[in-house]
Amino acid sequence: MRSMALRYLPLLLLAIAWEVVARLGLVSSSALPPLSDVVVSWIDLMRTGELVTNGGASLYRAGAGLALAIVGGAVLGIGMAWSKPINVALGPIVEIFYPLPKSALIPVTVIWLGLGDGSKILLIFLGCMLPVTIGAFNGARSSEQTLVWSARSMGAGRLRMLWDVVLPSAMPELLNGIRTALALSFILLVSSELIVARGGFGYLIGFLGANGAYDAMYAVVLTVAFLGFAADRGYQMLMNRMLQWREQEQ
Amino acid sequence: MPDAAALDAPASSWAHTLLWGFARIGSVLALLVAWEALARSGTFTPFVLPSLTSVVERIWTDALSGELFINTSLTVYRALVGFLISAVFGILIGVMMSRNVIANWFFDPIVSVGFPMPKIAFLPVVILWLGVYDVSKITIIVIDAIFPVIAATLIAIRGVERELIWSARNMGATDRELMWQIIVPAAMPQILTGLQVALPISMIIAVVAEMLMGGYGLGGAMVTASRFADSRGVFAGIVEIAIVGYVMIKAMTILRRRLLIWHQEANEPTTA
Repeated sequence: MRSMALRYLPLLLLAIAWEVVARLGLVSSSALPPLSDVVVSWIDLMRTGELVTNGGASLYRAGAGLALAIVGGAVLGIGMAWSKPINVALGPIVEIFYPLPKSALIPVTVIWLGLGDGSKILLIFLGCMLPVTIGAFNGARSSEQTLVWSARSMGAGRLRMLWDVVLPSAMPELLNGIRTALALSFILLVSSELIVARGGFGYLIGFLGANGAYDAMYAVVLTVAFLGFAADRGYQMLMNRMLQWREQEQ
Repeated sequence: MPDAAALDAPASSWAHTLLWGFARIGSVLALLVAWEALARSGTFTPFVLPSLTSVVERIWTDALSGELFINTSLTVYRALVGFLISAVFGILIGVMMSRNVIANWFFDPIVSVGFPMPKIAFLPVVILWLGVYDVSKITIIVIDAIFPVIAATLIAIRGVERELIWSARNMGATDRELMWQIIVPAAMPQILTGLQVALPISMIIAVVAEMLMGGYGLGGAMVTASRFADSRGVFAGIVEIAIVGYVMIKAMTILRRRLLIWHQEANEPTTA
């Protein structure tokens, strides 16, 4: 407990520095409202429910897009590793789209699906799918030949092998790809909502900023940052859980 | 990477390789043809899916008017400056953290909390502080791209072989010499991996920042086009950004190969 406190002391110091600098008026209070004011507006935003409704909308978009991306990406990646024709047909397309700075898709999804939930879900799906695909592909390709051979010699069919051998051995890299996708989903969500949206965290940040409610704006920004951090930490814990069988083996 | 599968096949003859090569180009061509056919078939309105030829035409007129050049060079300039600042300071902070206990104590929680955060959420704050010009665009790029560099540098330095360090010490290397002549070069492969993560992030953030702040640049041009319901402009933008992103990442891969050839050669006497 004490070592924890010591470890995160620098963050506390930064928070105190923030409060002191703002209270002493070293910077204008609109550029940096005191941290305590930010906390007060956070409580206000929670009480009026504004943060909850907008946050709910955001999390729904991110969750739906990410779920689609994970399923689509895993199927595509494993399919590409599993069958050469699929790889030849789709590999080059994946290779071309992989380096595309995904944020460039924002206006395109708006043209296709408008300003609502649909365009954000599509954006997150398209943007997050390829990291998952690459992870699944690399993982499935690296499944040990001996495992594949022994499964085959024991009479496992192609499908059975896919499920029992290829998928588990693809798991570590697949899960890593999903972690990248998770981080990317937050980036795409917030930026698309900042640029065009009705509702959501990004919309709320832009709205509050435009109205000069900077302490509330800071409150939402910090909330989003914290959620992104918490999502990654939670996912990491889940990932370690899921890969426990692998750790024990070693 | 996806092309590994093609290499996996026993390269029995060059005709075989050539055939697969054609098949690979073929699928990209098929995609482009499908785009054009779908747009012309009238299934979608030209607003939802402008034809490939009209988009290419649009890129061509942009190129002739010089707008393409201005927008592309501004975006690349912002992304690269942000990337380079992140690279230099990321490596410096990583080196400092691994050398100095106090630096490590201070930066470690900031890095471990800051790395997984969606830092793009701070963009409105950065705009509030620095305005809507290049300084704030480059600043938000650095805020986003520096973390993978710091993290990779830390892991890389921690992973340098003890024997290398001991031998250098034994031969009388000072701390500074040890760091810059032994540890950093030996850590180079992983540091480069960090840079390879940071570069696409720089591009993503550059485009978002431009979209949000408007003005010149590929992202700005795209958002202006979408405001005027000019979907050809939007599709032209995505093609341009895709090409820029592709070229930058390929260039980085080539650079990595170059740097690591040097690295391995330089280390051959010690590792052999």
